[in-house]
Amino acid sequence: MHDAVSALAGATVSGRVTVSDGGLRGMVTLRGDLASPAVAAALQAVAGMAMPGLRRVVLNGDRGALWMSPDEVMILLPHRDADAMATALTAALAGTHHLAVNVSDARAVLRLTGPDDALRETLAKLAPVDMDLFAVGDIRRTRLGQVACAFWMTDSGTVELICFRSAARYVFDLLSVTVAEGGAVGHFG
Amino acid sequence: MSTRLATGGRRIDRTKPLSFTFDGSRLTGFAGDTLASALLANDRMLVGRSFKYHRPRGIVAAGVEEPNALVNLGTGARHEPNQRATTTALFDGLVATPQNVWPSLDHDIGAVNGLFAPALAAGFYYKMFLYPRAFWKHVYEPFIRRSAGLGRAPDPAHDDPDRYEHFHAFCDVLVAGGGVAGLQAALVAGRAGRRVLLLEQTTDWGGRAPVDGGTLDGLTVDDWIGRAVAELTSRPNVRLRTGVMVAGVYDHGYVLGYETVADHTPGAAAPRHRLWRIRATQIISATGAIERPLSFAGNDIPGVMLASAVRDYIAHYAVSPGDRVVVVTNNDDAYRTALAVHRAGLAVPVILDARPSGGGALMAEARAAGLRVETGRAIAKVQGGKRVTGVTICAQAGEGAVLDTIACDVVAMSGGWSPVVHLWSHCGGKLIWDDARALFRPDATRPPTDQTGAGFVTCAGGANGAMTLAEVMADAGGAAAPQVAAPTEAPLAPVWLMPQGAGVKLRSKAWLDFQNDVKVSDVQLAAREGYQSVEHAKRYTTLGMATDQGKLSNINGLAILSDALGQPIPQTGTTTFRPPYAPISMGAIGGAARGDVFQPVRRTCLYDWHEAAGAHWEPVGQWRRPYCYPRAGETHADAVRREITATRTSLGLLDASTLGKLVVKGADAGKFLDLIYTNMMSTLPVGRCRYGLMCNENGFLIDDGVVARLSDDTFLCHTTTGGADRIYAHMEDWLQTEWFDLQVYVANVTEHWAQFAVVGPNARRVLENLGGMDGSNAALPHMNWAAGTLGGVTARVFRISFSGELSYEIAVPASQGRAFWDMLLAAGAAFDATPYGTEALHVMRAEKGFIMIGDETDGTVIPQDLGLDWAISRKKADFIGKRGQERMRMQDPDRWKLVGLETLDGSVIPDGAYAVDAGRNANGQRNTQGRVTSTYHSPTLGRGIAMGLVRRGPDRMGEVIEFPKLDGSSVKARIVSPVFYDPKGEKQDA
Repeated sequence: MHDAVSALAGATVSGRVTVSDGGLRGMVTLRGDLASPAVAAALQAVAGMAMPGLRRVVLNGDRGALWMSPDEVMILLPHRDADAMATALTAALAGTHHLAVNVSDARAVLRLTGPDDALRETLAKLAPVDMDLFAVGDIRRTRLGQVACAFWMTDSGTVELICFRSAARYVFDLLSVTVAEGGAVGHFG
Repeated sequence: MSTRLATGGRRIDRTKPLSFTFDGSRLTGFAGDTLASALLANDRMLVGRSFKYHRPRGIVAAGVEEPNALVNLGTGARHEPNQRATTTALFDGLVATPQNVWPSLDHDIGAVNGLFAPALAAGFYYKMFLYPRAFWKHVYEPFIRRSAGLGRAPDPAHDDPDRYEHFHAFCDVLVAGGGVAGLQAALVAGRAGRRVLLLEQTTDWGGRAPVDGGTLDGLTVDDWIGRAVAELTSRPNVRLRTGVMVAGVYDHGYVLGYETVADHTPGAAAPRHRLWRIRATQIISATGAIERPLSFAGNDIPGVMLASAVRDYIAHYAVSPGDRVVVVTNNDDAYRTALAVHRAGLAVPVILDARPSGGGALMAEARAAGLRVETGRAIAKVQGGKRVTGVTICAQAGEGAVLDTIACDVVAMSGGWSPVVHLWSHCGGKLIWDDARALFRPDATRPPTDQTGAGFVTCAGGANGAMTLAEVMADAGGAAAPQVAAPTEAPLAPVWLMPQGAGVKLRSKAWLDFQNDVKVSDVQLAAREGYQSVEHAKRYTTLGMATDQGKLSNINGLAILSDALGQPIPQTGTTTFRPPYAPISMGAIGGAARGDVFQPVRRTCLYDWHEAAGAHWEPVGQWRRPYCYPRAGETHADAVRREITATRTSLGLLDASTLGKLVVKGADAGKFLDLIYTNMMSTLPVGRCRYGLMCNENGFLIDDGVVARLSDDTFLCHTTTGGADRIYAHMEDWLQTEWFDLQVYVANVTEHWAQFAVVGPNARRVLENLGGMDGSNAALPHMNWAAGTLGGVTARVFRISFSGELSYEIAVPASQGRAFWDMLLAAGAAFDATPYGTEALHVMRAEKGFIMIGDETDGTVIPQDLGLDWAISRKKADFIGKRGQERMRMQDPDRWKLVGLETLDGSVIPDGAYAVDAGRNANGQRNTQGRVTSTYHSPTLGRGIAMGLVRRGPDRMGEVIEFPKLDGSSVKARIVSPVFYDPKGEKQDA
């Protein structure tokens, strides 16, 4: 592996919420019939992950499975393992209609940490998501400002967010403006 | 004069004096004041000039409906025009200046317009300024520009120093308006367990009920409000907020709220405004009602105010608008003002009640207090100039013969109330005319409807036409409504003109729209001139077109119009209520999108390298791509020439990462691509590449690119930079809605890969230097691809060429893109590796006659127009666009088709130039026979080259056609093959 770098190169900014580069993360898109036992079994056997429910994530340390659509999950894993994961899933699902592909470098990961109400307000300022109903383990594919993104809550003080790699700087800058002190709405909590 | 009373004022805090300036004078007010109340406390009734006649204008209202008191607020970068003094919270250091005054508020030269008032009647723009034509530019327009317009535009040299933001919120029930009706509606919804959001535009709960008296459940209105707010605050399912105006209601329960967060604390860290973007299942509009003025001569003179505003200023701010207040009314409510003025120790010389038999309990109370009440009486005319000095009194039933003259400095008028039906109407709720109350109110049987056909907006209280406290609470509260004690009121009598027989002299001084200077006589003139539609009459007279959008004038104006047309008011109807309810700032609409984050800029992994290398950027969609890399002393054209020459003679490097990359996999992937592309993809062998075209259903070319077969069931489709997202969506669209039986999945892997073109005679040497993969003709011939490791980096190498040179496009994971680029530069250093930009790319492809989507195509071009028949399969039963291309018009031999164009003098044809033909068309324009689609100076050929679409072009090789230029001269060009460079393709196979 030659000098692999994340798009944000470790950037971080603090305000009401701290926004930081989530670093390189392995991501494998698995498309298939999520309701089929074969796909769920392959996910469990190859990735060690249970199939996430509708708009839910299954997390285990630096590994996880994100519900992306009725026929798509995103597998999270260490960056260096992604190619092997895609290959192994393809082999495990031979004969079952599916697509497994390494998309690790297509996206950037950002981590948002801070008080629960500030985290919710930060996201509510940028994304048309009902943050009253957003719980730990939930994921939303939505937009942040003017770009596509997805975010999920790993615990009550942490949200992880992915966007396309090319938009990473825009998302970081937009979040930097949004988390600036003085912008409390007082809507949550 | 107007002044601060010694006691009272429920909103002000006398322990917190605030200093501010108006029109250069230093004045003081109190915390809790609005700018308007503070101005009145300082005897500043005159606050501006009207739009057309520059008549003196005073404060009329106490709320958002104020038409006159618009000021320039702030200075320098924070200066903002048209700020409403009645809704501007006073703060220490506030600086305001009057608008539309020249040279000064007191001595305004534009007031001379009033002398020409007859000439400036309805439709004056249309009538006056038509002739002589030359006068418009040199006489009329400069004069109008100087005298018209409200406020001064912010200085464009200043950036707005404040920040703004959006906030998305969701609720079951949104209650708009925190008066007693809104509070009661929120209590009902809150107790039912619904998720409630209650928004109030002012800083105060309760609306106007605390000023108007009565009791609720035996409590004073203020106490009841306190109790209601306490209960709502305690409920976890209810949120309530002041300072947020519900500005608009849209489809699917989408609502915009406008929060003024930091207007009164300039320079604070908080965002200045916040735009609430709300999804509500149900919307309850409890927006109350707005009092109507009465139309009598001189009703625009400063000191003539809405009756409700007069008592608001007394009750909320302890401000007396004047010492002697004449009350004129057609209803009982205005008696509350007379009583409030009286209780404040000020004089009410007379109450003029236009109703012959007067009012009910409140009239009796006024009489018992010793106030003089004259029934069946009206104001003939208001006396005064910059301030009311008195009124002449007449019979309402007559024509204005003066019966009496009374000195006063305020006239408190009330023509009844109009429900604020805006939020009901924004999304299509219909209105019904209530004859008894003389008002339009929501027709509950015709609400705005949602996607299921059910109504999603209801109205409560004044907004629903309820007028007394008892009616309001019954309407808002249902079974849970509190017990109300308040005087019963006698019915109002509609009065649209005062006196009813007013002659033309009086009518032409009776204002309907104070801000836009529209009088009763203007609307009547419009009717006489044939304007029967209320929408047309509005635009002809400008009634209701000012910044207040007719909040005071609309109903009075359409009543006058109805009368002039001899038809009932409901037949005339209202103009359309459009959001926003009151103006909101552009900053709030933009939110955080400004400066660096105004728009997303998409960056490849080399963005920083490009910038450091001095790239001149070209926006390509939201991407930034280097156009060229000018060196010191080079023009852009110089740089492009250098980059092309270096590439064609040795080695060029291009960041092609933005190209779209879609993985298509499945048992039916080949079948699917045969339908998507015009040519055959299912026969492509693994390891091979094929150039393909995509059309839409009409047959027009929408995208192109190289397809590589990765494995038996997997393809990689390259799209144009701009096509990545669009074509991905196009594929998903067809797969999900039409061909759901096909076993195909698509993934957009565009950004996973950084892709670099290594181009030129020395390209192969770079691969050799990196090591790990064989780029020879034997191992990797043109239009083949291979996977492997180059210099230790996992890579896919595509032997494809968009320049005509020996060329490899190398894809590596984006996280290693920057590192790999550095390796390419090092491996190519011996060959003077030259990064090139998009312009060099364009010129080189044009030299080869390769088309570019967006240049040679414009949505009306089929592949056959471009000589790409070879890429259209005749074997396939179907593909998207096949049927479209079989239409007669597409088969027309006269279609403009792609050719090369070689100028006779070697110059460059201007981009977009048309080739003229003999004769002229029906519009007298010269006929055309073709146009340029791409045109460049070719450094390789040392001359101008172009591609163009020309009628029957390919059949006319060698003909010379003529392209007129903007300077009147023209350039002649010979029709030639579009392939200017290496027509046999030997270089790319080298």
